[in-house]
Amino acid sequence: MTKNKRLDGRKFDELREMEAKVGVVKRADGSAMFRIGKTKAIAAVYGPRALHPTFMRNPKAGLLRCNYNMMSFSTGERVRPGPSRRSKEISLVTENSLNPVLDLKEFPNTVVDVFIEMTQADAGTRCAGITAAAMALADAGLIMKDLVSSISVGKVGKDIVVDLDKEEEDFEGGATDLPIAMTPRDGNITLLQMDGEISKDELVKAIELGKEACMKIFELQKKALKENYK
Amino acid sequence: MINTKEQIMTLLNKEARLDNRKLDEYRKPITIETNVSPKAEGSAKVTIGETIVVAGVKMDVGTPYSDNPDQGNLMVNAELLPLSSPDFESGPPSIGSIELARVVDRGIRESKCIDLQKLCIKKEEKVWNIFLDIYPLNNAGNLFDAAALAALAALKDAKIPEYDEKKERVEYGKKTKKNVPLAKIPISCTILKIGDKLIVDPTDEEEKFMDARLTVATLDNGEICALQKGGKASLSLEDIKSMVDIALKKNKELNKLL
Repeated sequence: MTKNKRLDGRKFDELREMEAKVGVVKRADGSAMFRIGKTKAIAAVYGPRALHPTFMRNPKAGLLRCNYNMMSFSTGERVRPGPSRRSKEISLVTENSLNPVLDLKEFPNTVVDVFIEMTQADAGTRCAGITAAAMALADAGLIMKDLVSSISVGKVGKDIVVDLDKEEEDFEGGATDLPIAMTPRDGNITLLQMDGEISKDELVKAIELGKEACMKIFELQKKALKENYK
Repeated sequence: MINTKEQIMTLLNKEARLDNRKLDEYRKPITIETNVSPKAEGSAKVTIGETIVVAGVKMDVGTPYSDNPDQGNLMVNAELLPLSSPDFESGPPSIGSIELARVVDRGIRESKCIDLQKLCIKKEEKVWNIFLDIYPLNNAGNLFDAAALAALAALKDAKIPEYDEKKERVEYGKKTKKNVPLAKIPISCTILKIGDKLIVDPTDEEEKFMDARLTVATLDNGEICALQKGGKASLSLEDIKSMVDIALKKNKELNKLL
């Protein structure tokens, strides 16, 4: 990293090139694709539909169930098919990041299934998944308070940067990865994780940088949704 | 719209289908896009009508099986993603995904499509393993043919990665210019029997009403390299003859796309 430049030549607050599309899985009730750089997520929503197993049913509200998965050929070394500890944890934090905008009280005993598949992975996959899933939920016509936009921020060497790619994540001088998700209208944070080292001041700076990035993603999400209903 | 088997049969008896196709006509367009997942050694996305399937090839270096000490290995895996259809569920591999993977595998393996001997690095010690993974993204019917086509397109697209002999490590970032050695191109065609009618490229709705199906993998020289019968009803020899004829005719059509 040289002054003001990153490994791939981006500025510190510059996102990778993005693409968003709604309605990519016709069989689903709602679906979307979100690509940022070489990371690409496809999300599909099914439901509200009958929840199995039945003991999980809630007579007061529907349940949001997310499933994050990486395709086996999406990375350098092959990912073994099937759930892993990592993918289960990401599914959980994805649910937590999307739940605040949903109101499933009208659909007791049901489930809304969100399936997220990574066809390509180059860091920031959980964030791309959440961004795609939020669009898919909106496409499914569910009542939502807001969208959810998500991005990873972090520290590469000594610099606070937005949207780390794999090369930066593996930076030898040390990298801190901090994925966040935000409800854009009120700026609240619905996903926050971190691994690495960071001071409090840097943390605040990183979150602020992430919020700005989320607003850019939010604009793209809205545009993709409107595009689909032209 | 929900149709009954009677409605579909009435149409078929007039040589017609719900989407106005002929009985032996594939949906259009059939598209093949390669290198859809650049981190894979090779990848492809195939669409047949609204059906979408992606396939990817990953490779690593392993030890050969003792009965084939100078041959690389092929492993085919398919996962019927619940993302792609309301009928697919999460959980351990379903019988449907196992059958799909095995039928695609058989077409490739039995046609001797891949020259596995050329994937030997050192006899009895080191060979290339090929992992071929198949995922439907939207199931609107005929996953068998779409998956077989995607698998072949991904294999054709694949470039062998660099192998560092000293470190005994595959350098995944660096692809060589070497292709996976392909000798032959098998083409799969699945024919459905509904009542006494034979149709190709069924939609998911037609599949629900099938009595029997036959997947036929053929080569362009007219040879048949793999078969799989599915469904509860039986087939007569006459049925099988007609089905193979259809598959041979379709080989030319689909081969052109690869």
